[in-house]
Amino acid sequence: MADTLHDPALKHHFDDLGQQHEAATLGMWVFLATEMLFFGGLFTAYMLYRIWYPETFGAASRTLDLTLGTVNTIVLITSSLTMALAVHAAAAGKRRKLMMFLGITMVLGAVFLAIKGIEYYQKFEEHHIPGLGFHFEGAAPERANLFFSLYFAMTGLHALHMIIGLGVMTVMLVMAARGRFSARWNTPIEISGLYWHFVDIIWIFLFPLLYLVDRHR
Amino acid sequence: MDTPALPRTHYLNAEYGLKSWLLTTDHKRIGLLFLGAISLFFILGGIFAGLIRLELLTPPGDLVSDDTYNKLFTMHGIVMIFMFLIPSIPAVMGNFFVPIMIGARDLAFPRLNLLSWYVFMAGGLFTLYAIVTGGVDTGWTFYTPFSTMSSHSNVMTAAIGIFIMGFSSILNGLNFIVTIHTMRAPGMTWFRMPLFLWAMYATSLINVLGTPVLAVTLFAVALERAFHMGIFDPAYGGDPILFQHLFWFYSHPAVYIMILPAMGVVSELVAAFSRKTIFGYRFVAFSSLAIAVFGFLVWGHHMFVAGMSVYAAMIFSVLSFLVAVPSAVKVFNWTATLYKGSISYQTPMLYAFGFIGLFTVGGLTGLFLASLGVDVHVTDTYFVVAHFHYIMVGGAIMGYLGGIHYWWPKITGRMYPDIWGRVAAVVIFLGFNLTFFPQFVLGYMGMPRRYHAYPPEFQALNVLSTAGASVMGIGYLIPVIYLVWSLKHGAIAGNNPWGAKGLEWTIPSPPPTFNFDKTPVVTEPAYAYETRETKRG
Repeated sequence: MADTLHDPALKHHFDDLGQQHEAATLGMWVFLATEMLFFGGLFTAYMLYRIWYPETFGAASRTLDLTLGTVNTIVLITSSLTMALAVHAAAAGKRRKLMMFLGITMVLGAVFLAIKGIEYYQKFEEHHIPGLGFHFEGAAPERANLFFSLYFAMTGLHALHMIIGLGVMTVMLVMAARGRFSARWNTPIEISGLYWHFVDIIWIFLFPLLYLVDRHR
Repeated sequence: MDTPALPRTHYLNAEYGLKSWLLTTDHKRIGLLFLGAISLFFILGGIFAGLIRLELLTPPGDLVSDDTYNKLFTMHGIVMIFMFLIPSIPAVMGNFFVPIMIGARDLAFPRLNLLSWYVFMAGGLFTLYAIVTGGVDTGWTFYTPFSTMSSHSNVMTAAIGIFIMGFSSILNGLNFIVTIHTMRAPGMTWFRMPLFLWAMYATSLINVLGTPVLAVTLFAVALERAFHMGIFDPAYGGDPILFQHLFWFYSHPAVYIMILPAMGVVSELVAAFSRKTIFGYRFVAFSSLAIAVFGFLVWGHHMFVAGMSVYAAMIFSVLSFLVAVPSAVKVFNWTATLYKGSISYQTPMLYAFGFIGLFTVGGLTGLFLASLGVDVHVTDTYFVVAHFHYIMVGGAIMGYLGGIHYWWPKITGRMYPDIWGRVAAVVIFLGFNLTFFPQFVLGYMGMPRRYHAYPPEFQALNVLSTAGASVMGIGYLIPVIYLVWSLKHGAIAGNNPWGAKGLEWTIPSPPPTFNFDKTPVVTEPAYAYETRETKRG
């Protein structure tokens, strides 16, 4: 196709934009598979010790702030919605809408991190951070230490992914502002969206495992 | 007959200067960057191996202290596995030839490809730093609780280095998977791909799905050392055995990261030097995928004596036997390919023969170790050491050298003296067997691994082994000399010195920067060699 040959977005080693799009999308999916296994190790450890020590893990889980956790879950799911709307706007070639939804997504992501920070601070005040004068009222405090280690490792890694996501969104916003995307080519927005949804899904698993697992008592 | 000459411009002389190499996105140059780096690491790992063998020449621990010896075998393992074998064939020959063999101008993500080299070097330098500032003494396996609680060596730095290098494998695997899926030239269907590409694809799957688990495991070890998080610490209710499960979930498949690419190379060599299509192409292709998949289900066989339920052990044992099936499919099909082929015994083919024989020995002794009873008897003895060196050195490095010798004319445009190549291949083969075969016997007699002293009755076999290591060392030195010599003085290779099939042999040697002037169209299966039958029509 003559018109795609000189497209500025087309890299020299691809035949056309379709091939380039397909490669980028598949690349992101493969990367997400890697990410899944990366988190998988910690999920495995958590499940194992949760099965071994249900009492302590339940007691430790109940000290987490359910309200803030729930609010954060809602915030994150909403950000996934606005991300999906951003991808939709990009596909329709609507630049202002795209930038607006990217902006809202970023604000929601920042709100999530802020609330997470408040929760971390609460844990700090309660001396629930392993390694920082850890103290836990109740039986088997050393196993509670294990729970909180996993809690901070897993939510910390998740938060790190959120921060990276915010960085990616900033780049996307700048690119969108410079008019780099069109209805014909918006692959970066699409694959950034895939990443964002993935990070969201990780939380969807973290929330019940860490916060809800023993609330029925 | 035309007199061959080097092409006027190619990827090596398209640009000059350090910057043109350090900022290149050409997959061929990146392959050479990896070749340079891992060759240095190989020498380093070889020096550690030499010191180990020198210590074991005599029964008492007289050359180095026990602590130093612990560090030597640890660093030998870390350097050889993470810094040489894991990247070896994929990062060098895979980078160079995956795009060419499918008829593409580059990998799907050239900049990620360059990044993967920098990530590798960053991790490598971290690990080197850990080595020169005192070393690590945990064994390359980093077993807890020793690595998290007792060891006073540079565990943290080495773990961070390996963690970083892991991302290089992931990026490499991701790039290959996407490239093979989306960038095949017109007519290059999945079942027309050379088997090297199937092997690369299977390897990449393991890289992408296994490496992150190692990464997160080392991350946990680092957290454990820094903050005592307790995941692997019984005092907190943690379980040190969990570390072994997570570690081997990557590190057993990692064995296939090393051997599958070598199998891919051997498939190319056997077809090219017997002038026949591979017998049972589809079986060989799918056996690569089968090895990758089964490889994820057998990690428990490293832990039969570590405290595991007898039922789990039985299942892991049976699954481990299953891996032998696709491996044997390959060996039988290569052998069947040779049947009625017009075989020529040039250097690369000698390595292929070496691979087939040594891999078979390594694989069959693997079955001994998969059997619960025998494994309990020989766990942590030299039997295990001999077994995995037959796979990693006899298999992976033979494949690596075979590939280097096969594609050297394409990479450099020049031939090496074949007679010296053959001499080196034979010397390496003999030296290898002299080094490691005695270790099977030693292990079966009960000599444990990882000790710097041993009872005098084991000395004779240890002397043989050390002598073999010296022979092997000389064998590795010869190719270094003649390959470097060939860069300037070797005969001009021309496009296709072996008369082999495959897109890489249709373009000039060395190839131009963008490989193909125009995208090739593939009209025949891989290895469409003329045989007496096809000639007759």
